Amino acid sequence: MARTLAMFTDTSLCIGCRACQVACKQWNELGLEVPEWTGGYQNHAHFTDKTYRLVRFVEAPGAKPNGDLAWLLMSDVCKHCAQAGCLDACPTGAIYRTEFGTVNINQDVCNGCRYCVASCPFGVVSFNEQTGTAKKCTFCNDRIHNGLGPACAKACPTDSIQFGFRDELVAKANKRVETLKGMGFKDAQLYGADSGGFLGGLNAFFLLLAKPATYNLPDNPKLPQRNVVVDSLLSIGSAVLVGLGAMLAFRERGKGGR
Amino acid sequence: MTTNLIDLQHSDVIMATSNMAENHPVGFQWVMKAKERGAKLIHVDPRYTRTSAAADIHVPLRSGTNIAFFGGLMSYAIQKNLYFKDYVVHYTNASFLLDPAFKTPTDLNGLFTGFDGTKKSYDRASWKYQLDGEGNPKRDLSLKDPQTVFQHLKRHYSRYTPEMVEKVCGIPKAKFEEVAKLYCGTSGPDKTGTITYALNLTQHTNGVENIRSLCMLQLLLGNIGRPGGGVTALRGHANVQGATDLELLYHELPGYLAMPLRDAHPDLKTYLEKETPKGGFWTNKPKFMVSLLKAFYDDAATKDNEFGYQWIPKRASADAYSHQHMFVDMYNGIIKGFLADGQNPAVGGPNAKLARAAMQRLDWLVVVDIFLTETAEVWKEPGKDPKEVKTEVFFIPAAPAAEKDGSLTNTMRLIQWHEKAVDPPGDVQTDAQFICTLAHRLQKMYASSKKERDKGFRAANFTYGAKPDHPEMVEVLKEVNGVATEDITDKEGKVLYKKGQPIASFAQLTDDGKTTSGCWIYTGVTVESPDGKLINKAASRKPADGTDYLAHGWGFSWPANRRILYNRASADLHGKPWSEKKKLIWWDPAAPGAKPEDKPGKWVGLDVPDFNAFLAPDAKNGDKPFIMRADLVGGFFGPLNDGPFPEHYEPIESPTKNLLSRQQNNPVAKIWKVPDQKNELAPVGSKDYPYVITTYRLTEHHLSGVMSRYLPMLAELHHSHFAEISHELAKELRIENGEKITVLSPRGKVHVTAMVTNRIKPFIIDGKTVHQIGVPWHWGWKGVDQLPGSKGDITNDLSATVGDPNVYIQETKAFLCNVKKGVV
Repeated sequence: MARTLAMFTDTSLCIGCRACQVACKQWNELGLEVPEWTGGYQNHAHFTDKTYRLVRFVEAPGAKPNGDLAWLLMSDVCKHCAQAGCLDACPTGAIYRTEFGTVNINQDVCNGCRYCVASCPFGVVSFNEQTGTAKKCTFCNDRIHNGLGPACAKACPTDSIQFGFRDELVAKANKRVETLKGMGFKDAQLYGADSGGFLGGLNAFFLLLAKPATYNLPDNPKLPQRNVVVDSLLSIGSAVLVGLGAMLAFRERGKGGR
Repeated sequence: MTTNLIDLQHSDVIMATSNMAENHPVGFQWVMKAKERGAKLIHVDPRYTRTSAAADIHVPLRSGTNIAFFGGLMSYAIQKNLYFKDYVVHYTNASFLLDPAFKTPTDLNGLFTGFDGTKKSYDRASWKYQLDGEGNPKRDLSLKDPQTVFQHLKRHYSRYTPEMVEKVCGIPKAKFEEVAKLYCGTSGPDKTGTITYALNLTQHTNGVENIRSLCMLQLLLGNIGRPGGGVTALRGHANVQGATDLELLYHELPGYLAMPLRDAHPDLKTYLEKETPKGGFWTNKPKFMVSLLKAFYDDAATKDNEFGYQWIPKRASADAYSHQHMFVDMYNGIIKGFLADGQNPAVGGPNAKLARAAMQRLDWLVVVDIFLTETAEVWKEPGKDPKEVKTEVFFIPAAPAAEKDGSLTNTMRLIQWHEKAVDPPGDVQTDAQFICTLAHRLQKMYASSKKERDKGFRAANFTYGAKPDHPEMVEVLKEVNGVATEDITDKEGKVLYKKGQPIASFAQLTDDGKTTSGCWIYTGVTVESPDGKLINKAASRKPADGTDYLAHGWGFSWPANRRILYNRASADLHGKPWSEKKKLIWWDPAAPGAKPEDKPGKWVGLDVPDFNAFLAPDAKNGDKPFIMRADLVGGFFGPLNDGPFPEHYEPIESPTKNLLSRQQNNPVAKIWKVPDQKNELAPVGSKDYPYVITTYRLTEHHLSGVMSRYLPMLAELHHSHFAEISHELAKELRIENGEKITVLSPRGKVHVTAMVTNRIKPFIIDGKTVHQIGVPWHWGWKGVDQLPGSKGDITNDLSATVGDPNVYIQETKAFLCNVKKGVV
């Protein structure tokens, strides 16, 4: 396997211009979507089968280091998790990991079962009614196999989205957090940079200026599959209880009949 | 713009007064670079925007009170002794003595001396310096004489106290003082700061004075001509700088030469006498003007016919031909035909309802654009019966930048070449093709004219390259640059230029007809290599590196590829950098002189010196950096039509009386009277229109929407046309976020979606709550059919036909409105 590639999205440098969102749409030839009212600048509300990059706009009163209103801007994307729920759930093998560590959906093999849609802890994967397949960010698979970075990173004017080797980006990101903390951003933190952390680390990781929940990200995302053992035991327990109940009921009935 | 965007990375404090992150996101990368280094970003804006999101401090100020704010900062710097004294004493006119008869608004209740109430203009007789026996301004380098410009300045702005700023602008005193301390901290040898501005300052009835006030603050802090300093003027779109340089304007000819006035400039001699100052680099103006006339009329321009001067149309009045004048004249039936080339005034100009009504009264209208705009379809405006519109409309489909070769001059005076990526489809023409074809056809029509006045047009060349109607754009650039009209030799008889060769520097232009130049400041953009090839410097692409952070090998920045103007000011009186940290150019006494026999010594450094490279600091005028000014120093005292110092006046429509003087509005502002109630104005403190409104742009859209509303990828990024309002106002009016509301002004109304946000807050002005709302102006009735939100009402139907007295720019950043729940 080649050296792992990653995208590092440093939200402290994001100016919310959405060049990434448009570049993604253009390169991947994603079609028109009628926007819904989200209450502010953000469109759309969620990832869709036609929106793989999504800039989130979060008003956070009092969250600036000086206590002023913060408008947190974050360009969100598929995390290309080291332990990817979508990949594990895919029954056809359509979802695969590339030699660069990114996660992709082979559109020719996808049978549209949507298990991946339910298995993504971040709500990234979406179903396309026209093609009958699951869709998400490809990490610009065609570009990275031709020596180019992803379209979103290329378009970003402030280097908020950086593309490169994962180990190098993580080192850079750690330094940046320290700098920001020194500037008074006490909640500055990396999200998904640690390969020993949740989901084995994210190959699209982030620098956040507030707690993940502020950006609508789970604090400690888990694979739905992790719940299988507990859920199975609970199911068995329930089945036993139901069975016992039924037996009791029949016994009572038997008694009554007598 | 005096500086260069790349140089913003060296600022210690950046004060953005415009919404730079949102409207200049690519340039904003350098602000983010400065921030990564630890620089502070202050954002002064009525609204909390994407720029505020990136800022360390957001300072909300009520729209239309910029001079009160900048005046407050100047006063703070002076009172706290934070100004850069050496710089101010030597590099500005602070030490010049003014005529004792000159009085400021402090003494005259908001007016300067010489106001004529009936003419609504100033007699500037007393707005002058005291002169010594040789005709030079008298100076007091101690700055103590009460008649010095400095003492006048100090007294004038002493009224602009932090308390007054709080009352007028609505900025709490503590916040103002925090910002004042931070920004005035950029004064001195080791630190610099820059201020960015855009239409936020210009679109006011005191637009020019707004900009002067920030320039004066920069002079006071010694921030002009130094790395990380300067005035960062951000232009409204990709090539506005180019359009300004080439003067697609009513009052100037290419290269900032005044458009002649019929009565004041009857002949070339008078024009040059009146327009050429006695000192500074503009003493070369005759060379630029004659070279321009030669570029216009070629061989037909001779010494005997004043180089064709009489063929240039003359202005009947300085107050006559601006955008706003034009539409009023159209409405009044004075203008009967209109060619709108790449402009959409049905949406984009002030009082757009008047603009549309005006265009519907024309005989003919030609629209050249990339889409069928609202202007192109003004004859079938919704709600209008096309039968009632007599205007005959023609549409010429035009090619956008990607379909043609050419150059764009961006906000930092950088001329950058672009090559055609694809051929335009079908009958689509490039602008140059359209103009040259039109000119050729008109020339045929005029071929038999015997009139003297038509001779120039008949003689003018509109052919560039081998195919007459397919101009080669490099040839156009070469004409703009200028060429030799005959072999030019130096004193020794050595050939400098052969006939037809491009001139390498505007210093070599002449006033005898031997050179041409379509725009003297661009001279040097094309040169000829020794083997006779044309080199287009606008196409050069060498990025910045460790030895050249200003990237002199990338494009060509006028003038003479200088990246930072007035950079002599980056060194002290003796030619040494003010500090090692902020060095840019300096005097090297050991460097060889201009010629082997000359004394050694030269200005060297990291930029092309904006100065005579061989003028020693101790030589006469060797210590005066502002070479474009007649007195060679930066001007605190600078007469404009509305006064020599900026003074705060309220916008024409304002919720409050002027708290600084009895003079409510700019006394010489232009207010048009238009028939049929087409330009009604709300009175001060109007009950019908109690809220301040400001109009603006968004990252996702471009200008009047012609380049974004038709593109689904961009148009879908905003749900629909909206107004940003505060939670406080929404609560008062019982408006829910996302609900339809009506915004009304005395001129019109629009229906938009209410965006209720924490980012808009009411102001406390003189103890009273004043609500302000914001409405972007990109929408019109055309767009993508599948995206209903890409179409919307025209915000400019709300704005008024009023203007600044110097350039007649509109006041669309601050006026009054009302807001009503629902569609009314």
